[in-house]
Amino acid sequence: MTAVLSGFVLALVAPGLYRRARAGAGWLLALLPLGLAGYFGSYTEAVAAGETVRASYSWAPALGVDLSFCLDGLSLLFALLITGIGALILIYAGGYLSGHPQLGRLYAFLLLFMASMLGLVLADNLLALFVFWELTSLSSYLLIGFDHERAEARAAALQALLVTGGGGLALLAGLLLLGQAGGSLELSVLLGQPHDLRGHPLYLPMLLLVLLGAFTKSAQFPFHFWLPGAMAAPTPISAYLHSATMVKAGVYLLARLHPLLGGTDAWHALVTGFGAATMLAGGLLAVTQTDLKRILAYSTVSALGTLVLLLGIGTSAAVTAALVFLLAHALYKGALFLVAGALDHETGTRDVRQLGGLWRTMPVTAAAAGLAALSLAGFAPFLSFIGKELVFEAVWAAPGAGFILAPAAVLAGALFVVTAGLTGVRPFWGAPRATPRPPHEAPLSLWLGPVLLAGSGLLFGLWPALVAAQLVSPAVTAVVGHPQHVLLALWHGFNLALALSGVSLVLGLALYLGWNAIRRASACLEPLLNRGPAMWYEVALRGLNRLAQGQTRLLQSGYLRYYLMIVLVATAGLTGATLVRRGRLASPVDWSGLSFYDAGLALLILLATAAAVLARSRLAAIAALGVVGYSVALVFVLFGAPDVAMTQFLVETLTVILFVLVFYHLPESPAVSHTLARLRDALLAAAVGVLMTGLVLLAGDVQYHPPISAYFAEHSLADAHGRNLVNVILVDFRGLDTLGEITVLAVAGVGVYALLKLRVGAQGHSAAGSTEVQPARTDAAPLEPEPGPVPAVNGAPQDGGLALANPAAEEGGGR
Amino acid sequence: MAALLAILIGCLYAAGVYMMLRRSLFKLILGLVLLSHGANLLIFTAGGLTRAQPPIIPAGADAPVVPSADPLPQALILTAIVIGFGVLAFALVLFHRAYQTIGSDDPDELRVSDG
Repeated sequence: MTAVLSGFVLALVAPGLYRRARAGAGWLLALLPLGLAGYFGSYTEAVAAGETVRASYSWAPALGVDLSFCLDGLSLLFALLITGIGALILIYAGGYLSGHPQLGRLYAFLLLFMASMLGLVLADNLLALFVFWELTSLSSYLLIGFDHERAEARAAALQALLVTGGGGLALLAGLLLLGQAGGSLELSVLLGQPHDLRGHPLYLPMLLLVLLGAFTKSAQFPFHFWLPGAMAAPTPISAYLHSATMVKAGVYLLARLHPLLGGTDAWHALVTGFGAATMLAGGLLAVTQTDLKRILAYSTVSALGTLVLLLGIGTSAAVTAALVFLLAHALYKGALFLVAGALDHETGTRDVRQLGGLWRTMPVTAAAAGLAALSLAGFAPFLSFIGKELVFEAVWAAPGAGFILAPAAVLAGALFVVTAGLTGVRPFWGAPRATPRPPHEAPLSLWLGPVLLAGSGLLFGLWPALVAAQLVSPAVTAVVGHPQHVLLALWHGFNLALALSGVSLVLGLALYLGWNAIRRASACLEPLLNRGPAMWYEVALRGLNRLAQGQTRLLQSGYLRYYLMIVLVATAGLTGATLVRRGRLASPVDWSGLSFYDAGLALLILLATAAAVLARSRLAAIAALGVVGYSVALVFVLFGAPDVAMTQFLVETLTVILFVLVFYHLPESPAVSHTLARLRDALLAAAVGVLMTGLVLLAGDVQYHPPISAYFAEHSLADAHGRNLVNVILVDFRGLDTLGEITVLAVAGVGVYALLKLRVGAQGHSAAGSTEVQPARTDAAPLEPEPGPVPAVNGAPQDGGLALANPAAEEGGGR
Repeated sequence: MAALLAILIGCLYAAGVYMMLRRSLFKLILGLVLLSHGANLLIFTAGGLTRAQPPIIPAGADAPVVPSADPLPQALILTAIVIGFGVLAFALVLFHRAYQTIGSDDPDELRVSDG
């Protein structure tokens, strides 16, 4: 918990620290991930012994959502990768972007991302996991768009966010289904219980949604197109997020949920199928590129495909292969990305065709690149050699599909060799080529990362026992679900895997030598494998925009009456439909007790209302309105509410006076509505009226609770010393309501005062803006030097009273 | 009588809505007033109609005469009437000001936000 939070906290202070420490900031900040790596490392023994470390904090207990964390073998492997590589990346970023004005921001984003990623791999609660998942997407968006002044970077950032965010939504739905089916949101509970989710009726939707989330995040075909785009980010970011950590979140999720969802036919078919397609597509696309980072990006896509493919097979051999491969890949691919960044930094280009013979000027970088490239190609004695052997073995043994998958894996391996040659060998050997900048050796901060990463790939290869028992075995155990002891060795004897390995190496070397020809030949695959999916993305995005525009145009017309209409039609339609379906009048409409006065009063109100609506002149309408108001007051008198009646009389009088004051001087406005529009409005109004009548009739029959007025009757005199119950309620029992009411009145009063008092003349300049909305006025005053606004402005009440618009202006307007 | 009032309420709502849909700010405000009359009567009717005594405790007694009208809806309507008046006053002055600025009663002319 503290470990996760510390990253977030440090992210907040990082920019400030950078301002103080400048060049040293990267080294200083790297201390945190380094410390965290040590902290997680201290749990290795315990986790290897089969323990899981837990911590839980109440978050939203009412929803069953806790911020709970759990450290088992799988989480530990990822946590060590995240913190270890994170420390190197922070140091590297300081050298790579040294002097960049926004470097502090970059540190903050990187730390934010690291903390989110740690939270993701440590979370035990599915919803917490989702929140961290989305946080990694968000921080990735910020990081890809780091050069936010370039349109290309912004577009790439948005694309990555939309693809992974869309997948995230699917994942959320999938996780909620999973929690519902399994009866808990805690992973540890789900993993520990005997419930078999695979037989659940919702298994397939659950699986598809989760896979959609994992595939988009881990750039599986056909969602892989965002990853090369994300290379718009500065290189340390590409190395960290888009190679070593974030894109592996999908793989982590698949591994994590494997014991719950894995092992079915659907899982095998989907996960293995998409993984294999991605592995080949990524490999083929990698060799068509000439930009170092894009080559590496596609090769990462291919590696991710391999990982997914292995998890799809799901045997313990395959899982072991996946985790060893994952570790090895993070080490060499991170190193190669950093080398690519160093090359870019020192020579000014990333085009492999322009680089050559750099070992003379950049010996240390060349050595690191060489080690990493040999590792990527899968030569002994690197860890990746062991990984590759395991992959071939597992793929060959895949039930039912080994004979298809094994050749595919061999081809992918050969393409890896080509990639290794292009990125780690070609720039450094052969004849030197002219580069935009004269090359020189990278500084310590730039070569330290690649050397350490590539070096550990070699170290773990020579002594696989370093990782076998402590790291890989517990991780495999966590994925497979029962204890596994993995033994890793460089030499497995002469077997099929070695033969396949040899074939893929030879094939790869042959392909590398013929790279130029192959690049041209495979360029035709580009439209199919890459532009195709990217085009669908564009089409979907454009469609969504158009839908939003159309819907906005439809709903946001800018005319008050259409907004009203939408609201009214919806209300009348929905309520009316419910009334018709459910409503029952318990008793027939009761006309008894109707006196002459009642009928007469009702008739008066109806006639006055009709007059107010139909009146041609404003004053007539105002008079009719007054009649309606006074008659309503009489209704209150008839039914025992003298206080209400009194208030109504007073307010009605004031209302009429106000109306007359405001409208007396104004000219009648012409009737502008079309007859059809009136008919339409009348129909809608009638529908609303009928609905209200129906509601009142129905509501009269319903009495859910006894009225609470008995309480008021009892306590009015005793507690409040008042005889008028209505008054007592207003000032005593519900005094706060009255205070609110007074406040509303006060606010309205201030508003009225302000509107009247503020001089219209003060907005002489802004009134000019209204010229275009009053063409009649402009026509009527052609002799004025500044026609239009002036007469209108002169109508300002100078005395602050209700003096009304200047009559001269009205006449000038020709009304 | 409840049935008659129900019809009355329906008519007031219909008239109010119809007026609010017109292309005239004057009619819009008029519709608002009609609508609030309808709403007040709606609360009144829903609270239970009775021709009984007003809810007042006669001098010398401890409790109101039984039966007497329910005081709670009355208190609510009182509040509603007063607030309705506040809103109306503000709307009227706002209209007044808008008319000065755009020189028209037509809400469709209110399309320039900073005119």
